[in-house]
Amino acid sequence: MNISTAIPVAPPAAARRRPLTQKIVTLAHGGGGSAMRDLIDDVFLSAFSGAGRAAPEDQARFDLAALMARGDRLAFTTDGFVVDPLFFPGGDIGKLAVCGTVNDLAVGGAKPVALSCAIIIEEGLEVETLRRVVHSMAETAHAAGVDIATGDTKVVARGACDKLFITTTGIGVIRAGLDVGVTKARPGDRVIVNGLLGDHGAAILNARGDLALETAIASDCAPLNGLIDTLIAAAPGLRMMRDATRGGIAAVVNELAEASKVGVRLDELSLPMRPEVMGFCEILGLDPLYLANEGKILAVVPAGETEAALAALRAHPLGREAAVIGEVTSERPGRVVMRTRFGGERIVDMLVGDQLPRIC
Amino acid sequence: MCLGIPGQIVAVADAEAMLCVVDVSGVRRTVDVVCVAEPGAPLDDLVGAWVLVHVGFAMSRIDEEEAAATLKVLSEIGEAAAEMEALTQGSVELLSTPR
Amino acid sequence: MRFVDEFRDPALASALVKEIGAIAARLERGRDKPFAIMEVCGGHTHAIFRYGLEGLLPDLVEFVHGPGCPVCVLPMGRVDDCVDIAERPEVIFTTFGDAMRVPGSKKSLLQAKADGADVRMVYSPLDALTLAKRNPDREVVFFGLGFETTMPSTALTVQRALREGVTNFSLFCNHITIIPTLRALLEQPDLGIDGFIGPGHVSMVIGTAPYRFIAEEFGRPLVVSGFEPIDLLQSLLMVLRQIEAGQARIENQYARVVPEHGNPAALRAVQEVYEPRETFEWRGLGSIAGSGVRLTAPYAAFDAEKRFSVPDIKVADPAQCRCGEVLTGAAKPWACPEFGKGCTPETPLGALMVSSEGSCAAYYQYGGIRGEAA
Repeated sequence: MNISTAIPVAPPAAARRRPLTQKIVTLAHGGGGSAMRDLIDDVFLSAFSGAGRAAPEDQARFDLAALMARGDRLAFTTDGFVVDPLFFPGGDIGKLAVCGTVNDLAVGGAKPVALSCAIIIEEGLEVETLRRVVHSMAETAHAAGVDIATGDTKVVARGACDKLFITTTGIGVIRAGLDVGVTKARPGDRVIVNGLLGDHGAAILNARGDLALETAIASDCAPLNGLIDTLIAAAPGLRMMRDATRGGIAAVVNELAEASKVGVRLDELSLPMRPEVMGFCEILGLDPLYLANEGKILAVVPAGETEAALAALRAHPLGREAAVIGEVTSERPGRVVMRTRFGGERIVDMLVGDQLPRIC
Repeated sequence: MCLGIPGQIVAVADAEAMLCVVDVSGVRRTVDVVCVAEPGAPLDDLVGAWVLVHVGFAMSRIDEEEAAATLKVLSEIGEAAAEMEALTQGSVELLSTPR
Repeated sequence: MRFVDEFRDPALASALVKEIGAIAARLERGRDKPFAIMEVCGGHTHAIFRYGLEGLLPDLVEFVHGPGCPVCVLPMGRVDDCVDIAERPEVIFTTFGDAMRVPGSKKSLLQAKADGADVRMVYSPLDALTLAKRNPDREVVFFGLGFETTMPSTALTVQRALREGVTNFSLFCNHITIIPTLRALLEQPDLGIDGFIGPGHVSMVIGTAPYRFIAEEFGRPLVVSGFEPIDLLQSLLMVLRQIEAGQARIENQYARVVPEHGNPAALRAVQEVYEPRETFEWRGLGSIAGSGVRLTAPYAAFDAEKRFSVPDIKVADPAQCRCGEVLTGAAKPWACPEFGKGCTPETPLGALMVSSEGSCAAYYQYGGIRGEAA
């Protein structure tokens, strides 16, 4: 059953399309008058398909029976997106805004259903830039199989925000019987990631251009719900999943150790990483464990399901480099320890603030 | 103090300004080569050389012979340790082999 | 990565650790305290923690983490001066990322940025110069800090600015030199250091000769070391071998990068652009004669201290800090009453918690394993 067409809102109103002629967004586009209507019609509604299209109501409406047929709990999440620059190798703020919320739903075992999208625009933004971002959101939502069902646009004075901020909120339905969570890791479980770490963090830092480095590293930004479907099917005993975004893999593993009251032992040699990301980190003195990812999940599975989980992940295009990176232990609950390549050990803590490049 | 990383010079960026492009694992950066250039020799001679890069400056040419010599000493220590291991069989393994 | 991966080989590490263990076992008789080997350089400290090397060593050998982190030893007053310059409306203040979080008496550069100062992180002083060329109507100041490794890069950048006629660029010079600092350290009456692992990247600039006094006057061995874990273990082994043989010499483990006489072009630039200050204040160690440098007369036009008449604020270290004792190996970080309590990486009180290379921050962040057990 395709939920996006099965749960319509109101029937599409007769489109009153007027192409937008201005080149830049002004405060008038947020004023609630016809200029705003034109912006929404021309930029948003022409891109966003599905339930929200041209709905004259103030809210998207969902048929509960259709949702309940898909699972037994509703998942609900929100995330704000601010990224500089707006466009970067491998993605842009629009793609990020869809993937981020889709992934936050999916790691809870939910099938993402619909997103809302609130955009705050700094006056002076080129309409073309906005169009590209919105188009990217639409394309990503389509790829992930979710609707952008409702939204809001505000325009603020120059300097009141930085070009474009996006907030997406999502709902999804959690499969009946599936109960994954950050408190559920048990000693003996294995810790798995679905691929190469640190690409997004390195790509963004580099895209800012301040460091004058040239590299082909692109963000790994991707919707992971499809990959997660295959993982859930292959490893029914799955304990938890998290997407390893800000704070990198280190932050997620620490959260898991703390919440599950277990120790985690990572194995440095098994961390999958691109040589360019390692080179990038060596030059700037960064630790790749703390670099953000936007298309990576960390999953904890019972030891007996490790091979099945790995095989399922590796069979998916977004999981080819999946690897077991560590093990849940009963030692030092709440602590993450990494076995270095020599069998030495170090504690992997969370970062205090942002990771800054260092010279010394 | 002083993060430095080996990279290979892959191109001359601006001979007059003494700038070359260095590659570190696929990441490239324009660096100042005043400290590693032979006085009077064309900068093209540097292409292919390995240098130690610190904050945008090539600070030292890496001496491949010296690197090999250090590794040779290390491998001798490794062999000696292996022989010792063979002599004292059953001694406790200090390190587990990585997976 | 060439010249890196070879020196991270676990099999070699295993052999070196065994050899270090064998020497320690031979030296053990008649010894009631461990051999304290100081790695002078913060980069070495970082590598020791990153690779968990301490946990591999026998009980009779321990690393003492030295003063070689220029960020950690930067006094609060100098940070206050930075903030003072950065907060001028015409200024773009450029810095290495390391210095962003170092606390001054009122705020760090990161906080000054949040308050509206135009503070920008750069990878290289060359990038600051580029920024000056792109913003001719602004004053671009580069925060020059670091030991002899970094000095040539700022000296050459100042020379480039002069050559290219860039007048809106200046350097706030906080460079410090390692040799006077080592001498000051060695002159302490109760110094419990048995040998040194010498800073590899400082040495690629200055060569190995300047360390001779350490062996000749103070009878301690020093081995100039590379930064990979195998380099460090091999250097440690070389120091212990000298101790076993009753010798004190200067050796060079890092010959692939460090030429005996250093780098002539780099030294020339440093000599032209910098001259020693009478004294320079170090956080945690106090004033050390001849340990700082300033711009020479021909480059005075590029001296931010002259251009902006900085207040030159002096701020005392918090009295309860025991950084000095930790720096000289007299105390371990966790012996300090503030460690992990009043003093954390988030709110550092003392010098050694400031940067991830400071030994307290390193223990707090990475290590702790021995500390927790202790």
